[in-house]
Amino acid sequence: MTDLLAIGTRKGLWLARSDDGRRTWALDGPHLVGQEVAAVSIDTRRPAPRVLAGVQYGHWGPTVTWSDDLGGTWHETDSGAIRFPADTGAALGRVWQLRPDTAARPDVVWAGCEPHSLWRSTDGGCSFSLVRGLWDHPHRPTWEPGAGGGAVHTVLPDPDTRRVTVAMSTGGVYVSDDGATGWRPHNRGISAVFLPEPPEYGQCVHKVAADAGDPRRMYAQNHFGVFRTDDGGASWISIADGLPADFGFPIAASPSVPGTAWVVPLVADVQRMPPDGRLRVHRTRDAGDTWTEVGAGLPDGVWTAVLRDAFCTDDVDPAGLHLGTRDGCVYASADEGDSFGVVAEHLPDVLVVRAARLP
Amino acid sequence: MSVQVLLPGALAPLAGGARHLHVDPRGGTLADVLDALAAEHPMLTRRIRDETGQVRRFVNVYVDGDDVRFGGGLATPVRSGAEVHVLPSVAGG
Repeated sequence: MTDLLAIGTRKGLWLARSDDGRRTWALDGPHLVGQEVAAVSIDTRRPAPRVLAGVQYGHWGPTVTWSDDLGGTWHETDSGAIRFPADTGAALGRVWQLRPDTAARPDVVWAGCEPHSLWRSTDGGCSFSLVRGLWDHPHRPTWEPGAGGGAVHTVLPDPDTRRVTVAMSTGGVYVSDDGATGWRPHNRGISAVFLPEPPEYGQCVHKVAADAGDPRRMYAQNHFGVFRTDDGGASWISIADGLPADFGFPIAASPSVPGTAWVVPLVADVQRMPPDGRLRVHRTRDAGDTWTEVGAGLPDGVWTAVLRDAFCTDDVDPAGLHLGTRDGCVYASADEGDSFGVVAEHLPDVLVVRAARLP
Repeated sequence: MSVQVLLPGALAPLAGGARHLHVDPRGGTLADVLDALAAEHPMLTRRIRDETGQVRRFVNVYVDGDDVRFGGGLATPVRSGAEVHVLPSVAGG
């Protein structure tokens, strides 16, 4: 039994392995040394698990690369896995999200990119096609880039239907019910403190996670505000009461326990640091009605941040949690966040973590 | 005509380890040179140009010692026997 944790940083990728049920981790890397790795996924649907990475080769541009031997060798499509069609006049800026679809759709992988765009692969991530329905949406010219750039950063394919949900900063949440052809904004109830009136779209949604029990129940960490929807995004309610701060970047939901989710609150808007310098995770067991601080083993005196994809669960029950900071520390929990241990320190800024138990 | 393309060490692995390449463009501009390079080495050329064809922001290209960014860009004339030098700019942290 091996658990794999992929850690994408501003200057390379590290792979951590645990062979003792996530108690201890052995770090391997850097892979893709010197390259920014802002997106990574571990695709366990394949005979050999595939690590897909969205990399920025410094001066030399972005692309998608993959390894089918856990980092031993890396491959890249000659002409580039993600290329904007000529008629768009656009060029790929950064790959922000790589999301394998369900086991029932074993070769489908989604990518969220900058500029704001969604891509779909039917060959396991070797090549992607632009999702035209979202690219051609009349709202797109008015989606503004957040501080990190304008991107689709969250892709949530529904496991049972053709529904796909995406989120972006800024732009907010959009949903397609027909397999990613037609798209509608789904932001009612989500605040936008930087705009004079609550808009139909344009919110700065930082991350969205789907509940384990019902994919139409989702949780959103917003740029101020934590929200829940029970109707697939048609309406959202605040679930921020009880948190020490309603700002943060990531949000994660349990893969197996309905109603369970986690956030990493930050004081904002200027500081974007853990309250009182105490890096902690807050967990709900009741879909956001109440929150409890957890995270024994996480440090005090932390004046850094956890970015939107630098926090994840794995696919194990009980869920593991994995958290990386902008000052290069990575922590892992095997007990749903009750306690954490150190996986790595002194890495470059952690941009993304993803974890899975290898088949 | 034949043109010599000089590569930085970081790109040499994408050209089979070579730092010097000879290409035979169909026309007499830098765009023609890069198109010819792409036909032989597509992954290498993606590092130099994005999919719109533009030279990437932090990549500098010199034709016979002149930075094309301050000249004709991709339309810069390239003579037979010219030297096209690809270099990364000073950027990063």
